[in-house]
Amino acid sequence: MTPAPVHLAGERLMLDPEGALFWPAQRLLAVADLHFEKGSAAATSGSLLPPWDTRATLDRMAGLLRRYRPDTVVALGDSFHDAKGATRLLPQDQARLAAMTKAAAFVWVLGNHDPTPPEGIGGTSAEEWRVGPLVFRHQATPGRVLGELCGHHHPKAHIPTRGTVVTRPCFVFDGRRLMLPALGAYTGGLDVRAPAIAGLFPRGGRVFLLGRDRLFSFALPARAAAGALL
Amino acid sequence: MTGTLPEPFAAWFAARGWTPRPHQLDVLAAAQAGESVLLIAPTGGGKTLAGFLPSLVDLHANPRPGMHTLYVSPLKALAADIARNLTRPVADMSLDITIDTRTGDTSGERRRRQREAPPNLLLTTPESLALLVSLPDAPQMFASLAAVVVDEVHALAGTKRGDQLALCLARLSTLAPGARRTGLSATVAHRQPLVDYVSSGTPARVIEVTGGAPPEITMILPEGRLPWSGHMGLFSAPEILARIRAAGMTIVFVNTRAQAELLFQELWKLNDETLPIAIHHGSLELESRKRVEAAMAEGRLRAVVATSSLDLGIDWGGVDQVLQVGAPKGVSRLLQRVGRANHRMDEASRAILVPANRFEVLECEAAILGVAARELDGDPPRPGGLDVLAQHLLGVACSAAFHPDAMFAEVRRAAPYADLTRQDFDAVLGFVEDGGYALSAYERYRRLFRDSEGRMHVMSERVARTHRMNIGTIVEEPLLKVRHVGRGGGMLGEVEEYFVNMLSPGDTFMFAGRLLRFLRLRETVCEVTDGGGGDPKVPAYAGGRMPMTTNLADRVRAMLQDPATWHAFPEPVQEWLRLQKARSRLPGRHDLLVETFPRGDRWYLVAYCFEGRNAHQTLGMLLTRRMERFGFQPLGFVATDYVLATWSAREPHDVARLFEQDMLGDDLEAWMAESSMLRRTFRNVAVIAGLIERHHPGAEKTRRQVTVNSDLIYNVLRRHQPDHILLRATRADAAGGLTDVARIAGMLARAKGRIRHMVLSRVSPLAVPVLLDIGRESVRSGESDDDLLAEAETLVAEATGTAEPPPFRPQRPAPPQRPRPDRRQGRLFA
Repeated sequence: MTPAPVHLAGERLMLDPEGALFWPAQRLLAVADLHFEKGSAAATSGSLLPPWDTRATLDRMAGLLRRYRPDTVVALGDSFHDAKGATRLLPQDQARLAAMTKAAAFVWVLGNHDPTPPEGIGGTSAEEWRVGPLVFRHQATPGRVLGELCGHHHPKAHIPTRGTVVTRPCFVFDGRRLMLPALGAYTGGLDVRAPAIAGLFPRGGRVFLLGRDRLFSFALPARAAAGALL
Repeated sequence: MTGTLPEPFAAWFAARGWTPRPHQLDVLAAAQAGESVLLIAPTGGGKTLAGFLPSLVDLHANPRPGMHTLYVSPLKALAADIARNLTRPVADMSLDITIDTRTGDTSGERRRRQREAPPNLLLTTPESLALLVSLPDAPQMFASLAAVVVDEVHALAGTKRGDQLALCLARLSTLAPGARRTGLSATVAHRQPLVDYVSSGTPARVIEVTGGAPPEITMILPEGRLPWSGHMGLFSAPEILARIRAAGMTIVFVNTRAQAELLFQELWKLNDETLPIAIHHGSLELESRKRVEAAMAEGRLRAVVATSSLDLGIDWGGVDQVLQVGAPKGVSRLLQRVGRANHRMDEASRAILVPANRFEVLECEAAILGVAARELDGDPPRPGGLDVLAQHLLGVACSAAFHPDAMFAEVRRAAPYADLTRQDFDAVLGFVEDGGYALSAYERYRRLFRDSEGRMHVMSERVARTHRMNIGTIVEEPLLKVRHVGRGGGMLGEVEEYFVNMLSPGDTFMFAGRLLRFLRLRETVCEVTDGGGGDPKVPAYAGGRMPMTTNLADRVRAMLQDPATWHAFPEPVQEWLRLQKARSRLPGRHDLLVETFPRGDRWYLVAYCFEGRNAHQTLGMLLTRRMERFGFQPLGFVATDYVLATWSAREPHDVARLFEQDMLGDDLEAWMAESSMLRRTFRNVAVIAGLIERHHPGAEKTRRQVTVNSDLIYNVLRRHQPDHILLRATRADAAGGLTDVARIAGMLARAKGRIRHMVLSRVSPLAVPVLLDIGRESVRSGESDDDLLAEAETLVAEATGTAEPPPFRPQRPAPPQRPRPDRRQGRLFA
């Protein structure tokens, strides 16, 4: 796993190929859109998806915590798929998550799927979270900002190559704002060319696609809506 | 057992100057004895009438309300067409018989009428039948059923649609134990599975119509030079047009939709007389396909460029000749296509093969010999899919509660499930019930519940409604509609989502016979306008290509080895083979010729395996991994139907060891784990089994948001319950797709100790075509997505000047020079 460095508001941040961000100066790990208990949410409406999505997401979290040993973990909202998500956690998963919140200070930024703080789980919650020059939000604030980290849109990119297209979740970065991919095991994605994302990066920037061992970097053209990236 | 036809049928036949054919009377006699029948006859043999005659005779003798005969066809259009054809004799003889069709297109009003008063003869498709079987009133509706007629059995058996139909037939046997079955089939390579498929209780009687005039198949070549490579056959456009001009009505069959688009375009460039030539393929809007079919039926067309979308179906009658442009790929497939011409059994069908390159000349000749020898090909049907069974079990539960023991017995009466184990059955039922996950906390979510007597009931009306919206076993690639926003606009058809993802605004591409310019993607609609100039991209539809069959490959190999047979080939081909013999050697029937030679700063290895493109793709991936380990520094490979070529930085040696059988060990395992094939297969299985819903009541718009990507589910399930029934179903399905691996294994075993390695100083004549294909073919299946991303990233870096380009780039051959009159495109018929 080779992380890639980017600079935002004078701070050096490491992008991890797993889809998380580490800020070495603050020993802070940021993850976005965990969507815990999405599987059981689907099951209540009749789609019997395999139930281990929370466990799979926790496995990824555990790997990141082992690798970076952060003091602080900021979850950028939509950490639970719905407001009742935390109550549906299986005991084993809940214990594991609780242990994580004891090992590091967890900040649950509230998202549209989980507008209230999770019950029975450690950590603090906040509408947004500021550390030094950086602000952590669930949804980006439209317009010019400097030093914003956000999730919400689950960005993914399509790279046409060899008569086919490879699609991966990705980071989107323009030097002023950094959007994180969704980390949840059952989270899909939105094309970075969709107006909802491209509109937030009107002057273009770069996308970093998640790979097995490293990130793959491509240019995001200005006003990229509807065009191919290559 | 031939009997006679009762009145008024005999009179009706006589009035038309017809005599009942022996097989029609045989089927009638068998039906009157209550026997099930498999009727095997070539097209034009009066098969359909033979299937219906017993029902008409019975209903005439004993008129009664209620459903008497159910007819199932793989095509909606066929059901509608047959219904029209049946109306005629029924009206002529004033028979008191009601006929109706039931397909996905049937209106709600008509459906309601059919449920209240079922017609005597109902014509439908496997999907619509599955829907009927899932309704609560299915037992009443089918109680009076006396006969089931299955058309084109050979096209259904062995497919998932066929599995679904077999299960529904087993259900009907429970609901109407007395109903006999009639299967109508073309001649097939594997007969017994079809007999089993049609049998119900006692084995079906086989009635076979032989004879008929053998088809006349010839070959035409482009004037001037014979191409070395390429699969489109565009060089032959003038000759194709000449043949169209010389005949009344021609179907020009091609192998891929892309080829259909290109050839159609090429023909219209030359079509100075504006002969009415149309295009027909599966991606075009239904309306435009219907327009073309209607124009064909009315004799207003001179030619249709078509893909397999016209392989089956309506008896056009007026088709005078069939052209096959590009490799025929298999004898059975060619016969099916040839049979589209001249649907009269006593006259010979005329067909012309148009090879696109030299190797295809060999393949065409082999196919002509194969047709003459009546050597049919095709894989034997495999066991029924467990995903289809899951869909069926939920469907039956939606109709009425069932007991698992009785249902297991019923399912095993369907031929594809005759060997189903109770363990697998219970696992599938468990999946339908509550997902079948090894996590007890999850059992509170369920679709079925058991009552105190152990019978299974559907949990709620919502589960039933969702199920009925998701019936079917055809899983399509994600498609986007193509809409023309200019004047005379409207929907043109659908293209694969991934293709649209490759387009930038302003890019032009060929579709529906027109040059279009991509404007934007709006939700799920790809908006386009008329294209100007520019280098058009062509949708390279996934899965459009099928590999050559083993039988045909054997024939090609046999001809290559035996110069006495070469006189059948045109002179340039003969000369090409003579040169190969002089400069290298000819591939033998029982050995494996491997050539190595330098060119530019690369070393090439060409293996003449003749195992089909898919098998060569897999072999290419395995071989390059092995070459890596041997230290040859492989750089890439390309596979055709005939050969595999690799190129490397170092000279490959020790070739016999390179091709040893242990190649299929560890490397194969490693590849399978990364392979996208298993993921694709899982997606199909998950959709058919009902784990992923295609349609959700009231949620059509947000479907994309509510469905979870199947890859994500696959990752989670594989990790946490690797023996889950859906993963087992996936592996069983993939094993079918892995016949490629079986072909490789067979080839490696055959070649053991018989590898003829020719070390050459330069490219051999036989190797030229594959070298020309380098750079034109994608080498998808051998590489992981990560490799492709790394390559794309590097390419961009080169293009923007941050990295050195590699020194070697193979040249494409110059495009053909041909005067191109500036004509408007054949828009009317697009």
